[in-house]
Amino acid sequence: MSATPVPVAVEDAESRPLSRGRVGMWCLIIAESAIFLIFIAAYIFYMGKSLDGPTPAQILTVPAVTTVCLLSSSFTMHWATSALRQGKLGLFRLFWFVTLALGAIFLIGTGREWHRFIYQENFTIHTNLFGTTFYSLVGLHASHVAVGLIALSIVMVLALFEKVKQEHSERCEILGMYWHFVDAVWVVVFTVVYGLGR
Amino acid sequence: MATDSIAVPLPRTESRSVVLDWLCTVDHKKIGIMYIVYALIFLVIMGCEAILMRIQLARPESTFLSAEAFNRLFTMHGTTGVFFVAMPILLGFGNYFVPLMIGARDMAFPRLNAFSFWMTAFGGIFLYASFFTGGSLLHGGGAPAVGWFAYAPLTSQAFSPGHGTDFWTLSLLVAGVGSIGAAVNFVATVSCMRCPGMTLGKMPLFAWMNLVTGGLILVTISPLTAAQLMLILDRFLGSHFFDPAAGGQPILWMHFFWIFGHPEVYVLIIPSFAFISEILPVFSRKAIFGYPAMVAATTGIGFVSLGVWAHHMFTVGMPSYGNAFFVLTTMVVAVPTGIKIFNWLATLWGGKIRFATPMLFCLGFLFQFLIGGLTGIMLATAPFDWHLNNSYFVVAHFHYIIVGGILFAIFAAFYYWFPKMTGRMLSEKLGKWHFWIMVIGFHLTFDFMHVPGLLGMPRRIYTYQADRGWGVWNMISSIGVIFQAAAILIFVYNMVHSYFRGALAGNDPWDAWTLEWATSSPPPEYNFSTVPAVRSRRPLWDIKHPEDPDWKYE
Repeated sequence: MSATPVPVAVEDAESRPLSRGRVGMWCLIIAESAIFLIFIAAYIFYMGKSLDGPTPAQILTVPAVTTVCLLSSSFTMHWATSALRQGKLGLFRLFWFVTLALGAIFLIGTGREWHRFIYQENFTIHTNLFGTTFYSLVGLHASHVAVGLIALSIVMVLALFEKVKQEHSERCEILGMYWHFVDAVWVVVFTVVYGLGR
Repeated sequence: MATDSIAVPLPRTESRSVVLDWLCTVDHKKIGIMYIVYALIFLVIMGCEAILMRIQLARPESTFLSAEAFNRLFTMHGTTGVFFVAMPILLGFGNYFVPLMIGARDMAFPRLNAFSFWMTAFGGIFLYASFFTGGSLLHGGGAPAVGWFAYAPLTSQAFSPGHGTDFWTLSLLVAGVGSIGAAVNFVATVSCMRCPGMTLGKMPLFAWMNLVTGGLILVTISPLTAAQLMLILDRFLGSHFFDPAAGGQPILWMHFFWIFGHPEVYVLIIPSFAFISEILPVFSRKAIFGYPAMVAATTGIGFVSLGVWAHHMFTVGMPSYGNAFFVLTTMVVAVPTGIKIFNWLATLWGGKIRFATPMLFCLGFLFQFLIGGLTGIMLATAPFDWHLNNSYFVVAHFHYIIVGGILFAIFAAFYYWFPKMTGRMLSEKLGKWHFWIMVIGFHLTFDFMHVPGLLGMPRRIYTYQADRGWGVWNMISSIGVIFQAAAILIFVYNMVHSYFRGALAGNDPWDAWTLEWATSSPPPEYNFSTVPAVRSRRPLWDIKHPEDPDWKYE
């Protein structure tokens, strides 16, 4: 193919410190953060503005257990990816499974909280502004946890079939970035909803 | 330069048809072409929508269109223009040329690239399916009629009971996912895949501006996604985000929408700046003036544009200090924009100007974008905006930017890069006809549109009374449409004819300086047979002028 002869590169294109996977995941995190920020803005904007219906102080109890589980899962995720980077596949599988379990506990706990709200307190997204902003914000977060759990489960299955090796540690760390993001969002949501809002 | 360099397509296996090849491609060049062709089809459609509206408005108390039809037309025209013409076409050129300009093999995530295109494509098709639902097609079927910005509470179930609003919301949600995917790709590609020697300070301004655009899309589309999720929850699950009966406030929609909507127009204009920044220097035979200032100004525009949104809301009753804040930020964002205009002028100054068609469209852009920016400053002064808001002055302002600026820049890009993409030159003669007829039509329509705005004609009305004094101005605007339509037809004919019969282009028909001109026209699928290394901002200048390379001066 005839083309203008451009000087040939000697450096290997792969030897870049900034990996595209990490940049891509940061971009996704930035975009998702913007979505969450808007829902948080709506929550704060409507704090105390409900015309009737239950208020946060009347209904909310601090979800301490599930929060501890979710935040701990960031640590276990970190230990899992460290283990994988060092080639300790058994340890990786263990910590990955614990991360998955802790995340699942969080979701189940949220589900139970909502079950109580809907069936015992008659408190839904339709009830008042608090209901609207609470369910949408916490629900948006929970859906992100759910997507994360699906991804974690896929890796878990692959790991159980011994398909996940040391050379995949970069990719698992990138997935870990997403998981840490989900945790960080919960810190903010938790503070705003269960801290400030009450 | 070698002239016998038409790429021979690689042999395809018998079982794969051409259609399947394009449907499944992850090659950035093919995806770029699909974005562009898709956008051109919608450009023609939105032009037809505009023609219908201008026929209706040409005379007072016209009965050519019903009110419902008119409302659907302006909603679809605006929504199509922003999301299914401007964004795809700009992302298409970016997709095609960013990897080539930075010496890369493809974008960072080729499969995400394909996915993003198909999401955008599906969004547009889904939106247009709405015409064929609901009532009679003569009145616009079931298309949305809520304006491109879909204000609450008009969009609530009570006031928009059909599914038009839902088509609007869902199609844009889907297209928004596509846009965010494309943005991720642009940021990752420019950040990680530049060829050796190409530091951030040496990459073409085209790459810089697409990087800034990518970053902006990430934080711009997301608020719209959030607001649309809220709208869906309101309409289908009975939530109260924008429901006054439960204490909700429609103004929240306005804030969220314009937090998206204003940076969005910068998402549209910054890639247009990218085209001008590449094309203008080549036809002035001078490197761009003030490269660092251009980078800084573009980045500055990106950031400041996030803080000006409520200048679309001066008349809703914000407190005076609220209005004042947004007046100031809007004035501030004009400063880096002005810097860029001065830099382009300084590039022209002392250059050896070649008035080829791409350059004509660049010069048209400069003149028209400047005027559009000035009417923007007029609108930015809140007290004056109290008179002009929601009038045809605003319509004239933004069409000056979008048609006079963005569309002219897009035409420049076509005439400049069509040879690279197809291997054939567009006809200069037809190009000049296209340019001048477009200039006449554009100015007839949009110059005179400012007058009814100043005289008080509101937007989004399907007709008006004869004694307002608006009739003659509307008639002139409508006549201009004939010229614009003719110009676009000449352009389409030019493209089709030149694709088959145009003069062979060779690698580098314009004697340009960026890496895409180092490959054949069209480039081979792998772009570069060996990874290039660069030492300056104009690698091809260095090769063609080894006795006087740029890297001695940078």
